[in-house]
Amino acid sequence: MNERVREKLSILSDAAKYDVSCASSGSKRKNTNKGLGNATGMGICHSYTEDGRCVSLLKILLTNHCIFDCAYCVSRKSNDVKRAAFTVKEVVDLTINFYRRNYIEGLFLSSGIFKNADFTMERLVRIAKQLRTEHKFNGYIHLKAIPGASEELLHEAGLYADRLSVNLELPSEKSLKRIAPEKNYKEVYDPMNYLSEKIADYKTEKRKTKSAPLFSPGGQSTQLVVGASPESDFHILNLSKSLYQDQKLKRVYYSGYIPVSNDNRLPALINPPLQREHRLYQADWLMRFYGFDANEIVDETHPDLDLQLDPKVGWALRNPQFFPVDVNTAPYEAILRVPGIGVKSAMMIVKSRRHGRLRQEHLRKMGLVWKRAKYFISGVDQGLRINDWKPERLRSQLISTTVLKNQGQLNLFG
Amino acid sequence: MNETIYVYDGTFEGLLTAIFDSYESKRRPTAIQPHDRKSPQLFAEVADVFTDVKKANRVAKKLETLDKSLFKNLFRVYLSEHDERELLIYRIVRIMLEDSSRAKSDFRHPDILRMKEILKEIRREVHRMHAFVRFQRLADDIWFSAIEPDFDVMPLIGSHFKKRYADQKWLIYDLHRGYGLYYDLKKTDFVELDAKSPGNLSEDLLHHEEKDYQALWKEYFDSVNIKARRNMKLHIRHVPKRYWKHLFEKL
Repeated sequence: MNERVREKLSILSDAAKYDVSCASSGSKRKNTNKGLGNATGMGICHSYTEDGRCVSLLKILLTNHCIFDCAYCVSRKSNDVKRAAFTVKEVVDLTINFYRRNYIEGLFLSSGIFKNADFTMERLVRIAKQLRTEHKFNGYIHLKAIPGASEELLHEAGLYADRLSVNLELPSEKSLKRIAPEKNYKEVYDPMNYLSEKIADYKTEKRKTKSAPLFSPGGQSTQLVVGASPESDFHILNLSKSLYQDQKLKRVYYSGYIPVSNDNRLPALINPPLQREHRLYQADWLMRFYGFDANEIVDETHPDLDLQLDPKVGWALRNPQFFPVDVNTAPYEAILRVPGIGVKSAMMIVKSRRHGRLRQEHLRKMGLVWKRAKYFISGVDQGLRINDWKPERLRSQLISTTVLKNQGQLNLFG
Repeated sequence: MNETIYVYDGTFEGLLTAIFDSYESKRRPTAIQPHDRKSPQLFAEVADVFTDVKKANRVAKKLETLDKSLFKNLFRVYLSEHDERELLIYRIVRIMLEDSSRAKSDFRHPDILRMKEILKEIRREVHRMHAFVRFQRLADDIWFSAIEPDFDVMPLIGSHFKKRYADQKWLIYDLHRGYGLYYDLKKTDFVELDAKSPGNLSEDLLHHEEKDYQALWKEYFDSVNIKARRNMKLHIRHVPKRYWKHLFEKL
């Protein structure tokens, strides 16, 4: 056994783990010509770490040598850590051999910046290309787009990758410049905008001809570090909103800042802000699947999410005039806004009521969270109405019955 | 009304035959059960079902014309191995014959809701097997994995692995139910092994690189963990302990 490879794997996966993206879904790469792998359909988490996060891809850095000195990053130049670099062949062999054993869905390759952006990007692209062309590999490949890399290289990356991502890292340029002095928003937004244009072109093309060559069919994503800088949730969620709407990102990931240094540019946190991160993911879900606008979830007078309360409950308590919702007659969109009712139970409700009246006993079995939903619905022989309650009283009621029991971190990295 | 217990051979064809017989004889089942399941009812009439592919096909065809995906779901319910499965399938068939669209949209009905719950369990188990199968490369270049799923999902997982590992021979073996699925680069077949404990592979059967890659995988798994975020409750919810013995990273 090559001990050196084992050591490299340990160093370069440890350094890559703070990038939280793990998605392996959304691609359309089929196994043709009897190759290896198939990246269609839903993603698969092959295991879970002891912190409860999904292990879906072989997530590694090509190297943790880096010319930059970003304070939030464990691989920053000034940090005294062991350095290592994989060869192209080592990454290819690990990917193929892990994939054949069904350990992973594919490869998530990122890198510290050595020499310059293009030099680094070219290595990443070369690995993806070798996997696709020489090994007929159809598994999932997520590549980092290195800020500042040329459009030619980004284009080539798109031909081989299922997903590309470039991380904004800090939620404002001011914070980015303070914490990562060599970086700026332009160098991040340039590749992001270029990719979103190319991905849109590919989608148009695919509508015309089925055989259009794939270009990052799983779209692109980004990551924001939360809690390392002073931006409010109002600021962060509006940023996410514009990333979803303007850049058409598939996902925005939020990473609660974990102290990886005692750098004085960063706040001295004792624990990572996991609860805040959790609330941000819930808010993100509300925007993507529940039809909420960022400004309904937080606004200038309530700029931060209530850590004790699900943001959907928070919205409901601020908008008592919207309730109660009659589950037997209200439109799907309104039912979806009821705390305790998710996408699946909302669908079951609108399907079932076509066959007859829904009663309380039906609802209680449909998998919705009755003890929360009951305050906000009507039409099901149910006495408790939000009208009978003062929002402040209801708030403490809801916190004591549901939230405190559920203080653990939910898994929302999917 | 007479109580009738249909006793069948435990196969899906047998179950469809039982349903056919019950309609033909106009005797509703109070139970439908495989030979090996003991029944507490002493005074019921027992109808022996002789599995008949023609009868089974007629039922299958009728149900498929009504709703193909719903029929597939009935097969999934059968694979759940729940004791209630036969009567539940029978009752869903009755609803289908009345109004097949209702059978997949009226969740006020306890049987329809129950079917949905069982399908969810099955789907989760299929997904777990897609995730938790761990192939070991054998010296003769067959990739072997032992599994012990909660339900009999082997018939549902073959197509996923066939598409994914089109260029390697593989065998997935259910130790609990004593059969497996073998892919020979062209097609998949159900197989039974003679070995007493096919899960325990002696090291000389393994490819010379196999142990190294298991060690690398373990190394990887341990180093991607973030200690500051440790949350064992969540970990165990995602990877229940009963699956650990086949997951090299958890050994």
